[in-house]
Amino acid sequence: MNRLRNISLSLLAVIAFTSRIEAAEIAPGERRSGASFMSVETQAMQNDATVNPGMLWVLDGEALWTRKPVAGRACADCHGDASSMRGVAVRYPAFDDKLNRPVDLEQRVNLCRVDHQQLPPLADESRDLLALTALIGRQSQGMPIETGADSRLQAFIDKGRDAFMRRQGQLNLACTNCHDDNWDKRLAGSAITQAHPTGYPVYRLEWQGLGSLKRRLRNCMIGVRAQPYSADAPEMVELELYLMSRARGMASETPAVRP
Amino acid sequence: MVSRRRASTLLSAGVATLLLTVPVRASELVPYAVVGDAIPLPLAGAVGDASAGRAIVVNRIYTCLLCHSGPFTEQRFQGDLAPSLAGTGSRWSAGQLRLRLVDASRLNAATIMPSYYRADGLQRVGDAWLGKPILSAQQIEDVVAYLTTLQNPS
Repeated sequence: MNRLRNISLSLLAVIAFTSRIEAAEIAPGERRSGASFMSVETQAMQNDATVNPGMLWVLDGEALWTRKPVAGRACADCHGDASSMRGVAVRYPAFDDKLNRPVDLEQRVNLCRVDHQQLPPLADESRDLLALTALIGRQSQGMPIETGADSRLQAFIDKGRDAFMRRQGQLNLACTNCHDDNWDKRLAGSAITQAHPTGYPVYRLEWQGLGSLKRRLRNCMIGVRAQPYSADAPEMVELELYLMSRARGMASETPAVRP
Repeated sequence: MVSRRRASTLLSAGVATLLLTVPVRASELVPYAVVGDAIPLPLAGAVGDASAGRAIVVNRIYTCLLCHSGPFTEQRFQGDLAPSLAGTGSRWSAGQLRLRLVDASRLNAATIMPSYYRADGLQRVGDAWLGKPILSAQQIEDVVAYLTTLQNPS
């Protein structure tokens, strides 16, 4: 009986070991921000707040922050100055006690609107939602990403990691095939990068606009010809959570600029 | 269906000359026979057109140049995730190229090369592509015909 137990335990160990090998994640010392793959011109655009186009959304966000709804309170009425949000965005997605699951920053803003402002939720990728998340994210610029420190998130991070490792779509590719195994290569001439979401919402030159991490993830899913997750799908938040947790310790760049 | 496909992969790897007829689910996919590491006969008996094949290879929709480069001087954007297609016809027979296009995962389960003539065993395929192969049987033959023309200069 004991022997059988030992055999099954060592089998388990082998399985755990081999699954680790298959999924070769990027070593902490090798992690790079997407910014390091960009041209010096695009880096300069990101680093100069007077030319970073994402700052237009941040300015919009400042106006929204203090705007009082007809009934209810403005963001500033409870939170004070937006600078009070310093250190908040770098913890998201974060565990929500009431919902008993992780919520991303967009969902947190909308929960706040519904629960405390008597306002309807803002639409996915709407100008106002991007403006508020850009404003909140900007307050943490330069701070290390902390997402995933809460142990209640671990099961959700693991699910997101599984999704990252799972092949999908007509092209049958997993995120890991490009972003862990081939980040130093070029896909049709474009740098692949390591999928560290250090600057969302980002101003993407290809979009000519600001967009969330979810928009970027949908782009990739459509790229491999998979069915993209909807914005409020639990799988989407789990994937965001895994990606942010693998960027833990890297500096936040919001609002970043990307090609 | 998936396990049968995988099982036949193992078999064909073990017995190089074993001939297998692959069961195909999607109605528009024709069955084909694998011999060793090749599909010796053209899919659906189609005759490939090399110039149509070149047009497919350089068209981004069909994804080849996302990963490969090759002798396409007019193409500005080419990938470097996979070997150059230059000299492909010197390295592989038409039958070998056909299997590598149809289902490269049969030869290497870890490959990042999509299976261009397969519609089963895939996860979460988008509605627009569900049940469809990336290339039709005729397009596979066109690309095979083109790639065999890519000979190393002697």
